[in-house]
Amino acid sequence: MRQIKSWLGLALAAGLVAAGLAPGGAVAADPLKIGFVYVSPVGDAGWTYQHDQGRLEMERALGAKVETSYVESVPEGADAERVIRKFASDGYQLIFTTSFGYMNPTVKVARQFPSVHFEHATGYKRAKNVSTYLARFYEGRYLTGIVAGKMTKSNKIGYVAAFPIPEVVRGINAFTRGLRSVNRKAEVRVVWTSSWYDPGKEREAAETLISQGADVITLHTDSTAPVQAAEDKGVWAIGYHSDMSKYGKRAHLTAATHHWGGYYTKVAEDAVAGKWASNNTWGGIKDGFVKLAPFGDAVPADVRQLVKAREAEIAAGALHPFAGPVRDQAGRIVVAEGQAMSDKDMLGMKFYVEGVVGKLPK
Amino acid sequence: MQLKIEPRREISRNLLYLTPFLAVLLTVVTGFVLFMLMGYDPFAAIYHFFVSPLLSLYGLSELMVKAAPLIIIGVGLAIGFRANVWNIGAEGQLTIGAIASGAVALAFWGDTGLWVLPLMCIAGVLGGMLYASIPAFLKTRFGVNEILTSLMLTYVATLFLSTLVYGPLKDPAGFNFPQSRMFTDAALLGVVFDGTRMHTGTIFALLIAVAVWVLMTFTIIGFQVRVVGQAPAAARFAGFSRNTIIWFGLLVSGGLAGLAGTFEVAGPIGQLIPVITPGYGFTAIIVAFLGRLHPLGIILSGFLMALSYIGGENAQVEVGLPQAVTGVFQGLLLFFLLASDFLVRYRVRVVRLVTETAS
Repeated sequence: MRQIKSWLGLALAAGLVAAGLAPGGAVAADPLKIGFVYVSPVGDAGWTYQHDQGRLEMERALGAKVETSYVESVPEGADAERVIRKFASDGYQLIFTTSFGYMNPTVKVARQFPSVHFEHATGYKRAKNVSTYLARFYEGRYLTGIVAGKMTKSNKIGYVAAFPIPEVVRGINAFTRGLRSVNRKAEVRVVWTSSWYDPGKEREAAETLISQGADVITLHTDSTAPVQAAEDKGVWAIGYHSDMSKYGKRAHLTAATHHWGGYYTKVAEDAVAGKWASNNTWGGIKDGFVKLAPFGDAVPADVRQLVKAREAEIAAGALHPFAGPVRDQAGRIVVAEGQAMSDKDMLGMKFYVEGVVGKLPK
Repeated sequence: MQLKIEPRREISRNLLYLTPFLAVLLTVVTGFVLFMLMGYDPFAAIYHFFVSPLLSLYGLSELMVKAAPLIIIGVGLAIGFRANVWNIGAEGQLTIGAIASGAVALAFWGDTGLWVLPLMCIAGVLGGMLYASIPAFLKTRFGVNEILTSLMLTYVATLFLSTLVYGPLKDPAGFNFPQSRMFTDAALLGVVFDGTRMHTGTIFALLIAVAVWVLMTFTIIGFQVRVVGQAPAAARFAGFSRNTIIWFGLLVSGGLAGLAGTFEVAGPIGQLIPVITPGYGFTAIIVAFLGRLHPLGIILSGFLMALSYIGGENAQVEVGLPQAVTGVFQGLLLFFLLASDFLVRYRVRVVRLVTETAS
C-alpha cells in the first residue's frame, strides 16, 4: 500500500511538473483558499451572477489575503457533495454553498472536515463549522409591489415563479402586501414553471399572464426572459436578483436586487483572522443585502418618493411587510393587529395572503 | 462532383477497438488548441481534466460513484438495443425505482432491521420493471412505438416525484421545503473505503455488468436477443417470439434502472429530493453505444463518461475554465468518438456525375 502511495505521489509530482504547475518560491503568508459552489451558470444576471459579484467584491476588498475558485451549474443532489468535498479536501478553508439543495451535502461534508468553515445560503441546518445566511428579499419585494400597484392600469399583476417553496411564497406574499398597500383592487396571478432556469418556459408563462390582462410582470426564476417578454409586449416589468434594465429598456420599472459582497468580505476577513464562528445571518435592507435597482424613466416622481420613504421606514424597523393584520386568501387573520410575523413563521410560510389569485400548490 | 457515403463491406475489428483511443487523442489535441486560444494553460487544463482525478483515492472513489448508475443502466439498455427494443425512458424508470425504494426507507424510518436495504432493492427493481411494463404492454398489444411512450413517461415520473416530495413524503420538520426526511442508517448503503463516498452499490455495478455479459453470451434468451436484433427474419423462422424479447428487453432494462435509482437514494443522496438524477438515464444511452453494447465495453465507457464530468469540475476549480468550455470539451469527446466510429463503419467516396462534366 505504501508503495502504491509513493508511486502515486511520484506520478502526481511528475504530472505537476509536466503541467508547468510546479510551485514557485514560497510566499510569506499563504492566501486563504475560498471555494464557491453555484447552482446555475454565472451568466450576466440572476441568482448566481449576484453571488459571483459578491465573490469578486470580496476579492477586491481583501486582495492577496484570499484566493477564490468556483464551480458553476452544480446539480443539487449527489453531484453537489462531490464538489463540496473536492474543495474541502483540496485545502479550501472557507466554502460557500449557494443553493438550498446543497444543505444536506454541506452538512455531511462538514462533519468530516471539522476544521473547514462552511457557509450555506438559504438553509436551516447549522453545525459548529456550518453557518447559514439569507437575505430578507421580502423587504425589497414589498417595495417593488408598491411600484406595481401605482403603475398598473388593469389591476392584474403577473408573477412567474419557479417552485412553491417558502422562500418563493414569501416573496409573492410580500409583493402582494406592498401592492395592496397602495391599490386595494390589484391582484396577483402566479404561473409556476417548475424550474429555476428555463428561459423558454418563463417566457411562455409571462406571455400567458400578459394575454390574461396583466400589465406588470415580475419573476422569481433565474433568467431574464419574463422581462424581455414584457418589453416585447409593451407592458411593465419588475426584475429580480439583478438589475435587469438592459433586458427591458422601456419596460423595466425597478428590481429587488441581492448584494452579498459585504457579507462575504466580512466572513472571509473573520476566517483570515481566525475569528470565524458559526452563525445564522438574515440581512435585509438596513444591512445592505437587499436594494432596489434604479427606477425606470416611466416611474413618476411621487411614486419614487413614496417608495424611498417606505424603504427608509423598513431600514429603520418602523415598517414590517408582514405586520398585522395579515389575512390569508379566505380572509382569516393570520397575524393579529399590532404584531408582526415571526422569523420562524416567515421561514416556513405556506399560504397566500389575500390579493393572490389561485390556489397554492401543495 | 458528389460525396457518397457507403457502408464498408469489412469492418476492421482492430480499428473498431482502436477508435475510442484515437478519439480521446483527437479531443486532447483539439482541446489543447482551444484552451490555448482562450488564454488558459493547456497543459494544466488537460492534466486536470484527464489525469489528476485518477491520481487520488478521492478521485477514483468519486469516479466509481458517478460511473455506477451509468454502467448499471447502460448494460440493461444494451440488452434491449441489441434486439432493436428502444427503451429511451430509463430516466423515468430510475425515478420510479428511487420513489419505490425511498418509500420503503421512509415507511420503516428508524427501524434498524438488516432487511430494510434488501427490501428497498426489491422495491426499486419492481418499481422500475412495473414502469417499463407500460411501454412493453402498449408495444406488444397495440404496436405503439416504445421510444415515444418510454420517453414521455419519464416526464410523468419526474412530476410524480415532485408531487410526493411537495406533499405526502415531505419532511415534517423541514420548514415546508420539498424534500423527505434523511434516511436512517439501516436504509443507507455502506461505504467501501472510509472517508470516501464509494458505496457498496458501485461494486454491484461491476458484478451486474459481468452477470449481463454471462446472460448474453451463455444463455438461450441471450442468444435469442442477439438473433432477433441481427437477423429478424431468421429469428421469425426459428420461431423466436418477438413479443417475449420486447418484454424481456424492457423489463430487464427497467429493473436495472430502478436498481440504479435505489442505489442513488440509498447511497450518495440519502433522502428523496425533487430531482434524483442529473440525466443518468439519458447519458446511459450514450454510454451503451460508446461501449459497443457490450457489458465490458460499457464499464469502460461508463468510466470515461464519469471522468469527463469529474474532470470538467476539476478543470473549473484548478484552472478556472468556465463550465461552458468544459461542456464544449465533453462535446468534442463525443463528437470524435461518434465520428470515428462512423468512419470505421462507412466510407465517404467522391463520385463524379456524368451530367456535371458540361460545367
